[in-house]
Amino acid sequence: MAAASLPAAQPAALRAARRFASQYGLIAVLLIMPVAFGIHDLRTEGDLSRLGNNLEDGLSNGSIWALVAIGYTLVYGIVELINFAHGEVFMLGSFVAVRLFGTIGLTAATGVPGLVVGLIVTLLVSMIALGVLNVMIERVAYRPLRNAPKLAPLITAVGFSFILQNVGLLWRGGSQQGIEDLINSQAELVNLGGVSVTHGDMLAVAVTIPLVLAMTTFIARSRLGKAMRATAQDPDAARLMGINVDTTISATFLIGGMLAGAAGLIYALYQTTIWYFQGFTAGLIAFTAAVMGGIGNIRGAVLGGLIIGFIQQISDNRIGTEWTPAIVFAYLVLIMVFKPSGLLGEQTREAG
Amino acid sequence: MSAAAAATTAADPSSSGRPKLPREARIGLAVAAILAGALLPLFIDGEGGFIDDATVALAYVVMALGLNIIVGFAGLLDLGYVAFFAIGAYTMGYFGSLFHITANNGEGIHILVSGPAANLPGIHVNFLIIVVLAIVATTIAGMVIGLPTLRLRGDYIAIVTLAFGEIVQRIAINGDDIKVFGSQLTAGRQGITPVDKIDLPFLAPFNSLELRPWYWVAFALVLIALFVNFRLRDSRLGRAWIALREDEVAAVSMGVPLVKTKLLAYGTGAAFGGVSGAFFGSYLNTVNADQFQFSFSIFVLAMIILGGLGSIWGVVVGAVTLSFINNRLIPDVLNDVPAKIGLNFDLTELSFGIFGFLLVIMMVLRPEGLIPERRRQIELSAGIEDLAVDEESVYEARVP
Repeated sequence: MAAASLPAAQPAALRAARRFASQYGLIAVLLIMPVAFGIHDLRTEGDLSRLGNNLEDGLSNGSIWALVAIGYTLVYGIVELINFAHGEVFMLGSFVAVRLFGTIGLTAATGVPGLVVGLIVTLLVSMIALGVLNVMIERVAYRPLRNAPKLAPLITAVGFSFILQNVGLLWRGGSQQGIEDLINSQAELVNLGGVSVTHGDMLAVAVTIPLVLAMTTFIARSRLGKAMRATAQDPDAARLMGINVDTTISATFLIGGMLAGAAGLIYALYQTTIWYFQGFTAGLIAFTAAVMGGIGNIRGAVLGGLIIGFIQQISDNRIGTEWTPAIVFAYLVLIMVFKPSGLLGEQTREAG
Repeated sequence: MSAAAAATTAADPSSSGRPKLPREARIGLAVAAILAGALLPLFIDGEGGFIDDATVALAYVVMALGLNIIVGFAGLLDLGYVAFFAIGAYTMGYFGSLFHITANNGEGIHILVSGPAANLPGIHVNFLIIVVLAIVATTIAGMVIGLPTLRLRGDYIAIVTLAFGEIVQRIAINGDDIKVFGSQLTAGRQGITPVDKIDLPFLAPFNSLELRPWYWVAFALVLIALFVNFRLRDSRLGRAWIALREDEVAAVSMGVPLVKTKLLAYGTGAAFGGVSGAFFGSYLNTVNADQFQFSFSIFVLAMIILGGLGSIWGVVVGAVTLSFINNRLIPDVLNDVPAKIGLNFDLTELSFGIFGFLLVIMMVLRPEGLIPERRRQIELSAGIEDLAVDEESVYEARVP
């Protein structure tokens, strides 16, 4: 590797091939599955509606991953830490939301206006609850270790993820639980040329888009958002400029936790089953999404989330649900090998 | 290479706050510990739960010493160590069970086995040969998993190794659907069982009633692992690992070969996981996909964190402690505590929450572990004023 980075050491053709591979390799790898299955569909069924359905399901599923991935990417951008506990925060988001449905008294029989108000209240409360939880995790597990070697906060993150998983286990037991299908999520809303859009898809997109827009505007425009970007770039310089770095980091964790809480609510309504272990896989999938888009880059996280949702749907639908995690992780390894900086990311110090 | 050694030395202010025992005392302590360990089974019941827990603890020590090479010495955080456990265990399952029942037209293949296994169908190979096969398989696997991480640093390595661990587990779970040469790849969640008992030359095959021989085999594996760990740590390779851990750029510019050094760390560390995995396969009498979960990697990681990253004796203490907490303290001693204070749950369900808590507490309060490696203790806790270097201790650190 050390020798490979010396430019004169390799012939021009090889260098061009390398450059090509590093620029378009990831896109080519990503296109393998849809193109292969698209051709397969055209030959066997004559149209692309199955692939279209996969794509549409992937978009709604992917918007959940996008919300979780933003949490990873924000935290990584600002403290260069993979917040392993983030998947578990998402899991608790589902649990809190389901608990709140019970408290408010939402059932499948509730009328549409009541349902909408109830869902918005639940969304806000669970977002705040999970945001606060994420801030507390940062206070307890990461802040004391800010100047320790990099391994240390990563290990506490893993530790915290196990603690939260066990909280979930104690809360709702060790098996998958079905919850009441409040929005009748599998019912078809519209049918666009063979592509069926369900209530669940609609909800996922309808919650995600405003949240992501609000969040990006907040980071781009507000004073705190500016402080976040400054801290991400150089914490020491930011401190010298009078930015309260600790508050800024807390705010980042707050936003990440809020988005994970929202994602947890959508997930609960969309899948209608929840269990304590959902956060582990979801966390890894969302992390893959964040890396795919380029870690530290919010638009990248959204793009990565959607792509991963798509990959996941294709694999669920055609290869088998039991293989999906392996396929997603294989993509993760491939990205790490060929383009650790991701689709939209710049070279980071870590991924170099 | 001498330059690299010099760099290591320069980055190594080897005096610490802890008074250092004289060499004779340390050797005496080590010999006493080894004797005590070897003679322990003579004083306890050969069937009871205690020797079972002790044997499992020793097998975990081997595994933790392996992970210590990767994480403690070379500083590569590996969260997918369970992959090597799985590969070692499956080596045992493939070459020492009824799994390939159609092999050799149902008559079986037998290589240097005695006892009941010699008449069964399937492939049955002597345990020592299986250990060698497991070492080869896991070393290769370790290097393959290491390759994609060569360009990466820090947390990215953790994620890639974690992803590999998950992929291996997925293959283990779903392997019963994959047909290779007409037989299943793995037995999935059903597990390969029964697995051959250990069968050493000149000794009768082991059985599951008399556990002392199992203990001594595990103890011998621990001694080998300890020997290799100590020799490697003080070798040129070990110093190269530590140099890479401390500062990769500096180490590489001093001439430490990055690719070779890192891959050797993965390979050697993985080999111990494989040996221990083969032992576990035989001892637990099953090779089951549900054994190979992410939490297992964290369990082993917690052992070396508890004991002290990079500190060999610390890792031994950490592994024995956690193994006993997991197999004895939580299920047998503390399990009815929640019921007594009026809570309705089983403490065993929460064991990984407890380990997670332990990881957090250790990292926040005592990141250097119970028995810290001296170099890391300085790095983590001591201030500049404590870094008085005296020539003798620098020399001692390299040639103990």
